[in-house]
Amino acid sequence: MTTETASVPLSRVALDALRKLNPITLLRNPVIFVTEVVSILVTLLAAMAAARGEPWAFQAGIAAWLWLTVLFANAAEAVAEGRGRARAESLRRARGETRAKLMARHDDRSLWHWRDAPELRENDVVLVEAGDLVPADGEVIQGIASVNEAAVTGESAPVIRESGGDRSAVTGGTLVVSDWLVVRVTAAPGNSFLDRMIALVEGAARQKTPNEIALDILLAGLTIVFLIAVASVVGLASFNGTPPSVPVLAALLVTLIPTTIGGLLSAIGIAGMDRLVRFNVVATSGRAVEAAGDVDVLLLDKTGTITLGNRQAAGFFAAPGVSEAELAEAAMLASLADETPEGRSILAFARDRYGLSAEMPQGAAIVPFTAQTRISGLDIPGRGSFRKGAVDRMGQAEVKDIAERIARAGATPLAVARDGRVLGVIELKDIVKPGMRDRFDALRRMGIRTVMVTGDNRLTAAAIAAEAGVDDFIAEATPEDKLAYIRNAQKEGRLVAMAGDGTNDAPALAQADVGLAMQTGTQAAREAGNMVDLDSDPTKLIEVVEIGKQLLITRGALTTFSIANDVAKYFAILPAIFVAQYPGLAALNVMGLNSPESAILSAVIFNALIIIALVPLALKGVRYAPVGAAALLRRNLLIYGLGGVVAPFIGIKIIDLILGVF
Amino acid sequence: MTMIGWAQIALVLLLVTATAMPLGAAMANIAEGRWRLPGEGALYRAAGIDPARGMGWRGYVLAMLAVNLAGFLLLYALLRLQGVLPFNPQGLDGLSPWLAFNTAISFVTNTNWQAYSGEAAMSYLSQMAGLAVQNFLSAATGIALAFAVIRAFARGSTSDLGNFWVDLTRVTVLLLLPLSIVFALMLVADGVPQNLAGYVTANTLEGGTQTIPMGPAALQIAIKQLGTNGGGFFGVNSAHPFENPTPWTNFWQSWAIIALPMGLALSFGRMVGDRRQGWAILAVMMLFVVAGTWATYAAEAGGNPLHLAQGVARGLGNMEGKEVRFGTSASALWAAITTGASNGSVNAMHDSFTPLGGLVPLFLIQLGEVLPGGVGSGLYGMLVFVLLAVFVAGLMVGRTPEYLGKKVQAREVKLAMLAVLIVPLCILGFTAVAAVLPMALSSVQDAGPHGLTELLYAYSSAAGNNGSAFGGLTADTPWLNTTLGIAMLLGRFAIIVPVLAMAGSIAAKPRLPASGGSFPTHGPLFVGLLTGVILILGGLQFLPSLFLGPIAEHFAMLAGQSF
Repeated sequence: MTTETASVPLSRVALDALRKLNPITLLRNPVIFVTEVVSILVTLLAAMAAARGEPWAFQAGIAAWLWLTVLFANAAEAVAEGRGRARAESLRRARGETRAKLMARHDDRSLWHWRDAPELRENDVVLVEAGDLVPADGEVIQGIASVNEAAVTGESAPVIRESGGDRSAVTGGTLVVSDWLVVRVTAAPGNSFLDRMIALVEGAARQKTPNEIALDILLAGLTIVFLIAVASVVGLASFNGTPPSVPVLAALLVTLIPTTIGGLLSAIGIAGMDRLVRFNVVATSGRAVEAAGDVDVLLLDKTGTITLGNRQAAGFFAAPGVSEAELAEAAMLASLADETPEGRSILAFARDRYGLSAEMPQGAAIVPFTAQTRISGLDIPGRGSFRKGAVDRMGQAEVKDIAERIARAGATPLAVARDGRVLGVIELKDIVKPGMRDRFDALRRMGIRTVMVTGDNRLTAAAIAAEAGVDDFIAEATPEDKLAYIRNAQKEGRLVAMAGDGTNDAPALAQADVGLAMQTGTQAAREAGNMVDLDSDPTKLIEVVEIGKQLLITRGALTTFSIANDVAKYFAILPAIFVAQYPGLAALNVMGLNSPESAILSAVIFNALIIIALVPLALKGVRYAPVGAAALLRRNLLIYGLGGVVAPFIGIKIIDLILGVF
Repeated sequence: MTMIGWAQIALVLLLVTATAMPLGAAMANIAEGRWRLPGEGALYRAAGIDPARGMGWRGYVLAMLAVNLAGFLLLYALLRLQGVLPFNPQGLDGLSPWLAFNTAISFVTNTNWQAYSGEAAMSYLSQMAGLAVQNFLSAATGIALAFAVIRAFARGSTSDLGNFWVDLTRVTVLLLLPLSIVFALMLVADGVPQNLAGYVTANTLEGGTQTIPMGPAALQIAIKQLGTNGGGFFGVNSAHPFENPTPWTNFWQSWAIIALPMGLALSFGRMVGDRRQGWAILAVMMLFVVAGTWATYAAEAGGNPLHLAQGVARGLGNMEGKEVRFGTSASALWAAITTGASNGSVNAMHDSFTPLGGLVPLFLIQLGEVLPGGVGSGLYGMLVFVLLAVFVAGLMVGRTPEYLGKKVQAREVKLAMLAVLIVPLCILGFTAVAAVLPMALSSVQDAGPHGLTELLYAYSSAAGNNGSAFGGLTADTPWLNTTLGIAMLLGRFAIIVPVLAMAGSIAAKPRLPASGGSFPTHGPLFVGLLTGVILILGGLQFLPSLFLGPIAEHFAMLAGQSF
């Protein structure tokens, strides 16, 4: 499930490509549908010519390559789907044939009977014990257990699931490895998380995204335009001679209509989804992936996303008349019983910087931290009472200036006292992850504003925001603040993306255009978001945006390429068609192609082969660099626009040379 | 090509660019209601119109269609009945039903295709109350529609595209009338007649007699050029010595042909709040005008190799069908700007151009009459191409494409494609049918590719609402009158309806603030992109027809064959 590149057997692709010839399924894709109709027509004409004993080889050649055009387009889709299918197989195995222990009463774990998982209904309550597979998506209502979620996340280290709080969601198909859970089923079978993932990676649930629909309309419109242009040739050429034969006109039509992008369009969409899945993010729809590319505002939690997440001691500042060593010792003793990462960082800092260390003294009384007192410490008989805590709770007069300076710099001041006398302040600092500033700069060039969300006060938030290089921040943020911020941004017409895991994130996740929920999060959060990150790494929101952009860019680039190709195809085919009528037109055979037949066939062959040649690009996606829209456009126009004009001149000439050998 | 020739061309284009700024500002002032008619309130009250009430796109289109339908019926009746109506000193009969249908549609759609010769067919009443009135109304309709479309981009989250009645009134009275009156006086000063006298019979030096037509020509010529109408008062249009007597009138009329459509591009920039956007569009229009002029001028100044081989008119270029007072340079410029601007007037006969010289005007029409196109229609047609360009290119920067903060989505693409489909469908469809239909073929004067070009040009001219005639086609037949009439109708209204629907959909979208993720739609990159999209999406489909027409003729000519 993690990163294996599923290679799809060629025989399977060929079979799928043939199966997709069914005109009814092809109707979804107007360009290729037209190509197929034309192929049938030319095949019939070639057969009739052969039956009448007329020359038929040229017509048959065109027919064969027209069919190959359709097949190559189908194959492109089949390859993309095949890669997803391999992944779906492994997921389906995980779902397996689970049986559930359906409980009669929630509170009696001894009363249950077997029920096949597919027959479970929403709100059924099941018991899952060590060694059991979780039979369906659900909410833990009792118990705590470690669960191996490798089937879904690919990560085999077990995670803790417990009732209440933010770790209460379990996913069908995951394995309970210790203890037990009582789970209330939240998703009917067939609609579970795993089911949806399977459908998505298989492409079965694929619906066209808004941009895809718009592009389809453009391509259908172009197809009609060229149908008109080619059909009119029959009349126009009759004015002064005989019109070209139907197979020749068919060749002209198929080379002009945008078969390249028409053939690759759905492969691009499936591959985009697949890239996301391989990146261990599951989107509930292609629409969400596309929206990711459009995002204008990124809401990022400070803790864990922008900063390393644990505040660490970064300095001791003694009050006037107190030595630094005295402060350091008091700070260390006050933190001895503190098991939090912050407390441990104080011990580490005291040891590294001042060479201090101590064992827990005999008979020491621990004063625990409470939300009311916001003070903790240690009472050591004979040495005194050592406290550390919020500055405003510990008599701020002596250290007011120091504390304010620390707070202004974005750090947290923690006062240290011995026997009620404040000795100084510990500076606790949240460390910004390395490289974040560069990434935010890159996002800004892409036109995306980053907003840091934090529970810190404004002063602290402002300082960290400045250090990390984000564009804006929400300080002392409540879930309501987040929601309001998102709504405001959306009112201005901006698209907002955010990551979240807790139940209280759910409204904001639902409101955001792209809501990336964490796999470790609550069921509510997972339901509210439109993407789930199986690695539970909120930083990945940035990559998700890039994948969305890459998807759109790939579509746009190949569309441009496909349309630009027409110039060369005209120059290959038109002189060839009309040269018999007007010999002077030979002057426009700028590629110096061998003969009219060879010119027409070369164009058709190029048109078919270019689809296959571009499949890797369609699957991999066009390279994306965060360089700002103007530079990106210039680069892609140069490569796919200008390149699209030039490439077929070369390609058709080469094919013509090869045909000349036979 | 000569320096003097290029200097004439450059002077006209510089003047057009210079006047585009005040004209653009003036039209923006009218569109945004800063300029009003004195006492117009009473006028609206009398007509039961609330000028403050905006219309949605449907309302706007319906009002526009109502005015144009009424205009068509009135004009048709007038043309049929002119024999019994006053101001008819020559006693001309009413027009045949076919010709009246064709002519009425032609003037209502701002096409001014003329299957008749003005001095031989039209009474003064028909000219003044019929054709001239429609010249004003069709031009005002185009500008009003452009206002509505511009508002769609300038405003956000609204259905209000403005009030058609108010736009039509203000454009006619505040813009077109004063400009036309001043321009008409300039023309009169240089010898263009403006009277109601009967035709004058003159005795020539050879002892024969010649009938010299008269009439209220100057005002109609003024609006014909300013309103990109192009319908001549006299049969040979601006080649006629009374219609365009001097190089000086030719210079000013050249200016008038593209002054307003170019100015509207800048009105667009002003109204959407970013003048650079207007300049980018003007730059694309100007680029095609310059390229088209250059190509025609080069072909015509180069002359016809068959003539040159016989020692005819060496050094003058191809003067066949051209007025000596204009020469190849002013004729080439005129051909490019009138076909670029859907102004069907001619000061030289396109039929007599060299094959490539004739290809350029034909291709400029086929590109959709957006370079700069008719007054109003050029701008909204251009915006259709802009949206398509933005759509394709926008995807390439990795976002849902947007233009001026408006997202371009399926509905806009669908309507834009509908608008783009009409022109090739009419041109290629009708020409292909005509090319095999004996009824139509009997109208064609010449054989070979040249004859095909004559047909192709006629339908291009009609569908593009250009109205100029290539020539060599007997157009006053029931078949051509009817099919060209249908092509004109579709080329006007079958584009307007989807474009206004598109405007309605765009107006409803919020205007998003620009960000680093949206690519700039001004500057050389966008100008190049738009140019490419117009050539590829607007032009490629006509390549087969051009191969069979002018291009085949060109190579035949090189091989010593003429048609």
